[in-house]
Amino acid sequence: MRSVPAPQMKFGVLQFPGSCDDLDALQAARRVGDAELIWHADRDLAGADAIIVPGGFSYGDYLRAGAIARFSPAMESVIEFASDGGLVLGICNGFQVLCEARLLPGALLGNANRRFTFRQVELEVLYSGGPFTAACALGERLSIPAKHAWGRYYADAQTLAAMDRGGQLVLRYAPGENFNGSLHDIAGVCNERGNVFGLMPHPEHAVDQLTGGSADGLKIFESMRMTVEGARA
Amino acid sequence: MRARVLIRPKAGILDPQGEAVERALPALGFAGVGNVHVGRLVELDVEDASQLEAMCEKLLANPLVEDYEIVLEA
Repeated sequence: MRSVPAPQMKFGVLQFPGSCDDLDALQAARRVGDAELIWHADRDLAGADAIIVPGGFSYGDYLRAGAIARFSPAMESVIEFASDGGLVLGICNGFQVLCEARLLPGALLGNANRRFTFRQVELEVLYSGGPFTAACALGERLSIPAKHAWGRYYADAQTLAAMDRGGQLVLRYAPGENFNGSLHDIAGVCNERGNVFGLMPHPEHAVDQLTGGSADGLKIFESMRMTVEGARA
Repeated sequence: MRARVLIRPKAGILDPQGEAVERALPALGFAGVGNVHVGRLVELDVEDASQLEAMCEKLLANPLVEDYEIVLEA
């Protein structure tokens, strides 16, 4: 008798006017599971097991990056989804949206070098116990491209100390790689509960050695799959 | 009522735009310039000025990293 394979987990990828990395995120997610786009005006998250808020320039980045996208109907549902413990990954502009929505602590400010900067960066995994880095080893290096003008992570000293104690500082730029001036070289953070994660570099652009320079980004998506399917088992 | 909201980076937070302007001015021959900060100006007509503060807290500014000042035109 053939066993029936368990249904694949499903990612929902938000799409705002001005998103530009939504399709890469969709393709990256499809390497580990099923994935579907969710239009910003939709409140229905299409039964997704995990949400990706992608990179780009949502609503033209008017006022502040992520400030307007944060109030979209789809984001209202994502806020509810996150408060129920659902996994939410924010990449670049998606990270900015999650900070504006207060799903993540802190804010992203203009790069200290005052330039839009595009380069491959080396990251270090500071915390591998959570749902977004479960497939990584502690201290492992990931090579992933970054491309942004507003990526300088800032939170006040008290918040940073609490985040450090709580394992919320998940990824940092390796020595010499922090081009944007982020405090403590922070590249990616999670919320207190651990189910919401944001990072400035783009794991969805590093899922294939041929086009991405490395396939290290896949580990983020693979970690999410392991977490969702582990919770089901 | 016409209102202006002045939004500026909080003191103590690195302001690369302000620093760039502060370096550029002396290069153009303007001496004695210091403490330059670059922010944003939002001008708006409002029927109920008492709502301006909530507007700033929720959307116009990010209170984690920015200070705002509301100026009402007489």
